[in-house]
Amino acid sequence: MSVATKTDKIQRLAELTATKETSTGASLWREAFRRLRRSKMAIIGAAVIALFVLIAIVGPYLTPYSPTAQTWRGEVFPNRGEFVGPRGENWFGLDHLGRDMFSRMLVGARQTLLVGVVSTLIGLVAGFLIGGLSGAFATLGGEAGRRVDSVIMRFIDMMLALPSLLLAVSVAAVMGQSLTTVMIAVGVVQVPVFARLLRGAMLAQGGADYVLAAKSLGVRKRRIVLSQIVPNSLSPVIVQATLSLATAIIEAAALSYLGLGNPDPAIPEWGVMLAQAQRFFDNAPMMAVYPAVGIIITALGFTLLGEAMREALDPKLRG
Amino acid sequence: MLRLVVRRLLQLIPTLLGLSVLLFLWLDRLPGGPASAILGEKATEAEVARINRALGLDQPVYVQYWRFLKRIVELDLGTSTQTGQPVWDEFVLRFPATVELSLLAILIAVAVGVPLGYFAARNRGGWLDVTAVSGSLVGICIPVFFLALILKGVFAVELGIFPSYGRQDTGIDATSVTGFAVLDGILTGEFDASWDAIMHLILPSVALASIPLAVIVRMTRASVLEVQDEDYVRTAEAKGLKRSVVRGRHVLRNAMLPVVTAIGLLTGSLLSGAVLTESVFSFGGIGSFIRTAIDARDYPVLVGFIMFIAMVYVLINLLVDLAYSLIDPRVRVH
Amino acid sequence: MRIVKSRAARAITAAVAVGLIATGCSSERDNKSKGDGEKDTFVFAGAGDPGSLDPALASDGETFRVTRQAFEALLEHESGGTKLVGGLAETWSSNDEGTVWTFNLRKGVKFHDGEAFNAAAVCANYDHWFNWTGTYQSSAVSYYWQTIMGGFAKNEDKETPEANYKSCTAKDEHTAVIEVKEPSANLPGGFSLNALAIHSPKAIKEYEKQEASAKGDAITYPKYSQEAGTVAGTGPYKIVKWNKGNKEVTLERFDDYWGEKAKIKNLVFRTIDTEEGRRQALQAGDIDGYDLVAPADVKTLKDQGYVVPTRGVFNLFYVGMSQEANKALKKKEVRQAVAHSIDKENLVKTQLPEGGKVADQFMPDTVAGYSENVKKYPHDPAKAKSLLKKAGEEKLELEFCYPTEVTRPYMPAPQDLFELMKADLEKSGITVKPKAMKWAPDYLDATEAGSCALHMLGWTGDFNDGYNFIGTWFAGYDKQWGFKDKKVFDAVNAGSKMGNVEERVEAYKKANEVIMDYLPGVPVSSSPPAIAFAKNVNPPNVSPLTQEVFSEASFK
Repeated sequence: MSVATKTDKIQRLAELTATKETSTGASLWREAFRRLRRSKMAIIGAAVIALFVLIAIVGPYLTPYSPTAQTWRGEVFPNRGEFVGPRGENWFGLDHLGRDMFSRMLVGARQTLLVGVVSTLIGLVAGFLIGGLSGAFATLGGEAGRRVDSVIMRFIDMMLALPSLLLAVSVAAVMGQSLTTVMIAVGVVQVPVFARLLRGAMLAQGGADYVLAAKSLGVRKRRIVLSQIVPNSLSPVIVQATLSLATAIIEAAALSYLGLGNPDPAIPEWGVMLAQAQRFFDNAPMMAVYPAVGIIITALGFTLLGEAMREALDPKLRG
Repeated sequence: MLRLVVRRLLQLIPTLLGLSVLLFLWLDRLPGGPASAILGEKATEAEVARINRALGLDQPVYVQYWRFLKRIVELDLGTSTQTGQPVWDEFVLRFPATVELSLLAILIAVAVGVPLGYFAARNRGGWLDVTAVSGSLVGICIPVFFLALILKGVFAVELGIFPSYGRQDTGIDATSVTGFAVLDGILTGEFDASWDAIMHLILPSVALASIPLAVIVRMTRASVLEVQDEDYVRTAEAKGLKRSVVRGRHVLRNAMLPVVTAIGLLTGSLLSGAVLTESVFSFGGIGSFIRTAIDARDYPVLVGFIMFIAMVYVLINLLVDLAYSLIDPRVRVH
Repeated sequence: MRIVKSRAARAITAAVAVGLIATGCSSERDNKSKGDGEKDTFVFAGAGDPGSLDPALASDGETFRVTRQAFEALLEHESGGTKLVGGLAETWSSNDEGTVWTFNLRKGVKFHDGEAFNAAAVCANYDHWFNWTGTYQSSAVSYYWQTIMGGFAKNEDKETPEANYKSCTAKDEHTAVIEVKEPSANLPGGFSLNALAIHSPKAIKEYEKQEASAKGDAITYPKYSQEAGTVAGTGPYKIVKWNKGNKEVTLERFDDYWGEKAKIKNLVFRTIDTEEGRRQALQAGDIDGYDLVAPADVKTLKDQGYVVPTRGVFNLFYVGMSQEANKALKKKEVRQAVAHSIDKENLVKTQLPEGGKVADQFMPDTVAGYSENVKKYPHDPAKAKSLLKKAGEEKLELEFCYPTEVTRPYMPAPQDLFELMKADLEKSGITVKPKAMKWAPDYLDATEAGSCALHMLGWTGDFNDGYNFIGTWFAGYDKQWGFKDKKVFDAVNAGSKMGNVEERVEAYKKANEVIMDYLPGVPVSSSPPAIAFAKNVNPPNVSPLTQEVFSEASFK
């Protein structure tokens, strides 16, 4: 192969991808964004998330009191069902150990976001690797590749079938109880979802014209996968990541409820706070309601935005 | 159809094999290994050695795995460390309760979710759409255990309409035939027992239905939107078929396909939900048993349960495929 | 396809029809649950399923709660108290050393299966236990027998203690004589344990045909203990059904009972795992009573008109220190610093049920042997700091284990108690590393193995003898504490072999003083665990030992 023909081929490929980017890729995103801006769901979702992230970032600096110090512990009597509700100095009242609920909610936002983001990232990265590998095998590996792909996918399907809580419990059993365990456990649950999604998108892309063109031009397989297929399969993954954040936050709360949460309950995290306050629901319902509302609204924010994005990106659902 | 069934059952084999390898490795990775999981930290070295010998842990890994596999194939899932009874017996005893609960939850989710999703799609962008979609989304955003607690507080404690816990009233002396409380009542003619069982099922199944409901609303809405623009729907409309016929036979029927698949895939999340709802309601099914197994680190039960679910999952998805062929004329041809 | 469809259609029609018929029946259910004077079923909720219907194989409160209603031991505790009184034996006596125990048995007592109760029956039981083999010898199965009587006729494991039981002879029809090798502080209290309750000899013959098995993984209890039918005692109720799926054990009044017959015909024990679940079930009118009430709910329930009697105080909650898990704890100053750090008053004031008391030794003040003169360690963070400085442990870091998902009669909300104590310790400059574990088996194993520097546990007395408390912990080297101190061990064991009660009590007082001077751990509190009943219930006498007899209960 002469130097001339090789550069020629790369040149042509570059043209091809460039066309692709401008005509479909970028405009797809732009179009989607335009539609997103018109969607009420998306706007509400984004606003909620923005507020939540803002609180998570600046909240810990705004706390009127220490969220972990049992400053007023002589004033609450869980053994008599006597709690302290909202009052001048404690806007949300006190928790069962005499800590300021408002401060705990503020700091809890950061913990909750941390658990959500880290676990989703874990799920995303692992799912990305597995799904990407599987998808690459399927699209470019020929007969043998397809077989590898089907083995991986069978496994992924099985993981999808297992109750997420049980997966999480299994992880916790091996690793012991810690915040890292919670994040990994919740992340593991997301792995099959991401893997399946990426692979599906890659398969769809694998048959696309530009990939076939690149193949026929003899571009290296790894390069096709990395520079062509993966970027174009990203949009569903991003949508899923948004939705997964909601699931992760709820899943983490469920783990706390089962007593598998952060072993240091002093550190405020909404899931842990909710699980703890349930016991006092009859006497001090607000203690459970604050973190519950926090979780519900945040999860709803991520879900609304995710759903709106899904709809905006789905060409079939364009109105 | 028989071929489909056989093929699916054959597919079960590699799946379960893979899973058994994973479980085997998992058991091996447990802190201290199986011996300490059985004996606890207080075990003396001699005891550990004895257990290791009894379990064959002093033998090569492949021999150990072979034994593990053989036991699973013989449906010998071991003995529950909590109850001292065979794990398989414990499942058989409790499975009907969870099946009843999950079925009712799915039934509620479908009965409410499909019409909601359908009308949401028909009124796309309208108030019904927004309420239905965001309403069902709230459902998945409430932690199940909290929802269950609220439902119980309102409908059992405050209003006293439903029982607050359990599967059957104490006063009801129900005869057990199949283990399915509702069915048993019908079979034996003890209709009050059936009714009692249904009353006990309602609150937990509503709580459990919150997740599938959201999924079903979403799926129905999306696929109705997709289907109503298809050529055959347009053709049918152009032919001048009655609107109700077009909707019923063409739109809804075709839109149901992905929904049915979704139901099959929901098994996992339903069982997760069952662990939480059943324990809130002290409902004597597999879910609350697993909850106590988690607390007690009852590994034989957890491992057995995972294998058990894998089988159930494959069987459910087989049923889903069969349902597919009932709904979709195109699949039926093959 | 058509056939399938029409079948489905028929099924739906049938279901609708059933629904309609059933609606008609719903009024019936309402009548039943409301009930006026005719209510004849008492439903009581516990926190866990019983493990077996044979109390001899059990060591947990959930099992004994059920079996206590159906089985009686030679001796019992007075209703609502801790004093030993005659049970199946009307009177009892021992020789001076306390090695020969003579029981004059009650006459006219019948077992549930119609067999007559006599001295031969008593001996059949004791010999049955003594001759246990195989898995029955596992300490998980025969915990109480081994605690009270030591080992077996033929010990199969060298870890099993040597047998203290010698023989049981039926001197005549109504006199049984039980001989032991050495005097023990566990007698006569041990004769009152439900684990040593007397079963029908006919049932015992059945039991002997069945083997418990340990299959490596777990203990499989014999079939007779897992379903009603075989087991037979003499109690006011007989067990008629155990519905495991529904988590309920049903008992029925035994009409040939020798004493005062049960007031309510049917007694049902159900399991509701969570505290709030039990409370809500009571408030919804689904149950007539429950145990392990969260302290927070006691006042609420009382205000709502529920019957919430207070039990006597007979337990001890403590913070244990394992000297082998953290060498710093070997220094006495460090142990004292920990003791001075913990604000026990606050715990009692805010967390433990009303009526709880701060503990200053490893025994509640209701037990004979409690000493007024022990060394005390009041809450004093400054002193704790200076003690740590003296010991050169200013940067002390301690791992503190606590259990999750559990409430115990002496420890209502472990996690909250832990958090408060953690804050206390941190105020003295000790860094606390929290470690959460599931109660059983993780936490119990870890604490027993002494792998946590600090942990929290407690004990509810089985009978009123000081050794039942201090002997449980400090009779000799124990991994849980990880220390060897001859002075402490000798002081504790001094009383255990004394036949004379007064001497024994004096010895226990001494022992308490020695223990608190050495300070192996920090006794925190003794508190009365609450139990709750519906508004229309005349509850049974509540027992400090949590040994309620439900035949005393009735509806108003």
